[in-house]
Amino acid sequence: MSYLKSKFHHPKLAKNDLGLTYRDYEGALSTLCAGCGHDAVGAALVQACFELSLEPHKVAKLSGIGCSSKAPTYFLGKSHGFNTVHGRMPSVATGASMANRSLKYVGMSGDGDTASIGMGQFAHVVRRRLDMTYIVANNGVYGLTKGQTAATADKGSHTKKGEEILWSAIDLPTMALQLGATFVARSFSGDKDQLVPLLKAALCHEGFAFIDVLSPCVTFNNHATSTRSYDYVREHVEAGNIADFVPSREEITTKYAEGESKDICLHDGSLIRLHKGKDGYDPTDRFAAINAIEQHRIKGEILTGLLYCDPTLRDMHDFLGTTETPLNTLDEKTLCPGNHALAGINNSFR
Amino acid sequence: MKPTNTSDPSHFHKVVDCQYACPAHTPVPEYIRLILARRYTDSYMVNWEANVFPGVLGRVCDRPCEPACRRQRVEEKPVAICRLKRVAADNKEEIKDRLPIIPTKKNGKKIALIGGGPASLTVARDLMPLGYECTIFERDAQAGGMMRTQIPSFRLPLTTLDSEVDVVLDMGVERRFKGDVTSMKAVMDEGFDAIFVGTGAPSGRPLKMDGLEEAGDHVEIGINWLAGVTFGHIKKAPKRVVVLGGGNTAMDCTRTARRLGAQEVKAIVRSSYDEMKSSEWEREDAMAENVEIIPNHTPLRYVVEDGKFIGVEFDRVKTHWEKGKRKLISTGEAPVLVECDLVLVAIGQDASFPWIERNLGIDFDDWGMPVLNKDTLQSSHEKVFFGGDAAFGPENIITAVAHGHIAAGSIDRFLNKEKDVNAVPVGEYSLTSQKMGIHEWSYQSAVSNDPRNTVPVMNLEEALANIDAEVELGFDEKLALSEAARCLSCDVQTVFLGERCIECVACEDICPMDCINFIPNGDEDDLRARLRVPAIGNDRDIYVSGELKSRKIMVKDEDVCLHCGLCAERCPTGAWDMQKFLFKATQIEVA
Ligand SMILES: Cc1cc2nc3c(=O)[nH]c(=O)nc-3n(C[C@H](O)[C@H](O)[C@H](O)COP(=O)(O)OP(=O)(O)OC[C@H]3O[C@@H](n4cnc5c(N)ncnc54)[C@H](O)[C@@H]3O)c2cc1C
Ligand SMILES: Cc1ncc(C[n+]2csc(CCOP(=O)(O)OP(=O)(O)O)c2C)c(N)n1
Ligand code: SF4
Ligand code: SF4
Ligand code: SF4
Ligand SMILES: [Mg+2]
Repeated sequence: MSYLKSKFHHPKLAKNDLGLTYRDYEGALSTLCAGCGHDAVGAALVQACFELSLEPHKVAKLSGIGCSSKAPTYFLGKSHGFNTVHGRMPSVATGASMANRSLKYVGMSGDGDTASIGMGQFAHVVRRRLDMTYIVANNGVYGLTKGQTAATADKGSHTKKGEEILWSAIDLPTMALQLGATFVARSFSGDKDQLVPLLKAALCHEGFAFIDVLSPCVTFNNHATSTRSYDYVREHVEAGNIADFVPSREEITTKYAEGESKDICLHDGSLIRLHKGKDGYDPTDRFAAINAIEQHRIKGEILTGLLYCDPTLRDMHDFLGTTETPLNTLDEKTLCPGNHALAGINNSFR
Repeated sequence: MKPTNTSDPSHFHKVVDCQYACPAHTPVPEYIRLILARRYTDSYMVNWEANVFPGVLGRVCDRPCEPACRRQRVEEKPVAICRLKRVAADNKEEIKDRLPIIPTKKNGKKIALIGGGPASLTVARDLMPLGYECTIFERDAQAGGMMRTQIPSFRLPLTTLDSEVDVVLDMGVERRFKGDVTSMKAVMDEGFDAIFVGTGAPSGRPLKMDGLEEAGDHVEIGINWLAGVTFGHIKKAPKRVVVLGGGNTAMDCTRTARRLGAQEVKAIVRSSYDEMKSSEWEREDAMAENVEIIPNHTPLRYVVEDGKFIGVEFDRVKTHWEKGKRKLISTGEAPVLVECDLVLVAIGQDASFPWIERNLGIDFDDWGMPVLNKDTLQSSHEKVFFGGDAAFGPENIITAVAHGHIAAGSIDRFLNKEKDVNAVPVGEYSLTSQKMGIHEWSYQSAVSNDPRNTVPVMNLEEALANIDAEVELGFDEKLALSEAARCLSCDVQTVFLGERCIECVACEDICPMDCINFIPNGDEDDLRARLRVPAIGNDRDIYVSGELKSRKIMVKDEDVCLHCGLCAERCPTGAWDMQKFLFKATQIEVA
């Protein structure tokens, strides 16, 4: 059994602006099942952070419980991390973000962790538009506890043991849209060409960015009658659009004819450049997005790509007027402004 | 691109860099693994099968395998392949019971082997077990060729050489030693069924310049001088010795001179230091013995004043490259005189065949070299074959051995009515899965981070005091095991079964070297450019699968694969397997 991945790397490996290779963004060797989609999601995140030249210590990973929630150990080994309790990642993320706005927060959750036990917390973190990237590695089962059906499993599909799923699936992107997320996307762990640009855009988006990643469980949900298997997902995904991520410092050289592509400019000046898919629609229209997801579901297709993005909407920090300075670097004078400030506050209530 | 045809051994053969680079295709990783398992005798026999002289080669091989070793591309220095071979030889136990059985009933075919060097000895080793009767004709009293007469014993002890030469001779080879062959016709007239010429390239090139005649015995041909030392005719060297030339012979001359009492020894070469012909390690060894290497000096004349030998005068030059051709241009400075008492000329050797009559049907080219079929080593006379330095000019022992194998195979096919001499077999190979358990392999899959170990050497004073003392002491067991563990087992191949792949890309993600890619097909240049790390500028073949379910293909760049097996451990469907590719260029039955 190999517990170590060799530190040797390709002599011609590319370096980013910080002089790091993507290998510097890796974590420990995964103990998930061989072929688990979650590892591919981790690899896509590693690639995205590497390409964005994020300083590893400027990123915080947060998760709940589950194989997916365990996955942060296997990526971004030099970043901060907090493995919380089952379904409670949103509240810890909220607290962390309140205390320090300067980090990028990446939440890694599962369909059990989010759509079952964590549903309440999920709804509120979306509603509050916390500035974070929230990833659900969606495999239709509770992988860690040996494959019980999750709330995202499709009605009419079958468990590995052959039982039919009786309940309708919760569609997390639809919920996120309804609850006020300002960036919503869906992708597939087996398609990094699509996933990496979406992750990069989500990481640069200011506000709540939600990505539902279909991430097959090879052990408990990869059978022929599953709708979350590698084969099924690959055959049924339909990309609504193809998103390229263009960093702010890069000169835009490729030109597309009118109507062929659409740019969405993010806060930091970077762009999401969208090329229309087969039945492309406008990802700045929330109703159209909800509609399109449902239309595809009825047809038996899984709509992927950037489903919705509005970078102009305010996030939680805007609403609350929180300080840009991390609390741990505020000096005593600012934190305890003294009697006369208290007097001022008291006066305002008189 | 079309999928790689893995039923043809050539793809996997090339992946085993060291074995591919070895002229005799020694299964290097196989014998290194046996050392790691402390199975020294088994390791020795793997070598013996392929290269006949493991103890010799483990000390003095030119080791073309090492510059090819993958370890150099992924870390820094190659595995000490050569010195590990010596470990197997030094620690082996009795091998008599493992040697091939020589039939007492002969097949009636008689073979003449002219010259008793490594080339002829290899032919004998390969043919004796098949029932041929071989006769070696040798000028000297003992076989071994230049391994005996030229390579100094401080690099190659006689006991090592004797024991390995004897293994071949003891197969029942007839010895006609202590006699020059002066007529090929005479040999032919004896009625041999085939004749192999392995007479080497024994004529050292002289350097004719002004003053040569007057200099008299102050100027000698390097290889003749070395032979004189071996045979005990020369026992002393004067205080100051200049060696002209920068090849391995020159280095041996300098080090031998140091042992015979010379104190100021200089190797003076025309080229720059980096362009010198000798291997880097030969130069380093010489310099460690206080030999001075002076590059960029072209000799002008031998200086003799009033009948007294003074030294050699040189012009100082610079290397200049013009259209890929090297030119040495004078710097215009005044010539330099290097005073000395003895000049050894080591600027090259040639093969020559004054004893082969030119009317026998054996064709020679304009340079006096035999015209040969490169694949069979057969000459224009169907019964006559050439090999070793006599075939294409001076090379090295391992090339002589490789030629011996080729010629033996050709002779056997030539003398077998059912076989076609030109149907050269590719060699035999097998592919065996190394899987033992879910994440367990029957080879060391973990990659060692140890840097290359250096071989301990004798202290300098002691070494210089005794010309027969072997300078290198060899690896002890601890060093040997550390060094053996550095080998990546490049023969344990990553074999891909596309029909099993579900394209989870786990292998692509886990691979530490970014070898594996799942991309849409294209032509080769296009594929190479689109890899995770583009495979441009390496001429290694890429491994390409057929179309997968998503219509992509798997493309693997073999260049820096560590053979760590992580891809196979990560694959949920067993689409990757680690399989040992054992390739044997020679077939000989050993126990
Ligand atoms: C100084 C020196 C150092 C070297 N060091 C190395 C080294 O470290 N590593 C390495 O790999 N190679 C080395 N070589 C090269 C290596 O020795 C030769 O390439 C190799 O021995 C060639 O083998 P061969 O069988 O072709 O011929 P040889 O070894 O040259 O053997 C030919 C034999 O034929 C005999 N012979 C020739 N003509 C006749 C005749 N007419 N009748 C009867 N007998 C005849 C000769 O006496 C000789 O014994 C060195 C060479 C020299 C000169
Ligand atoms: C409070 C609490 N309840 C139940 C569990 C048991 N449990 C652990 S993981 C898990 C489900 C995880 O499913 P999901 O989030 O989909 O992750 P996956 O393993 O599928 O990636 C459950 C119910 C727990 N650890 N804590
Ligand atoms: S690492 Fe081992 S198998 Fe690979 S080329 Fe070097 S010696 Fe040969
Ligand atoms: S054995 Fe597999 S994982 Fe290891 S370097 Fe080679 S291709 Fe990569
Ligand atoms: S790990 Fe196996 S199944 Fe997955 S992509 Fe690689 S070869 Fe295919
Ligand atoms: Mg799950």
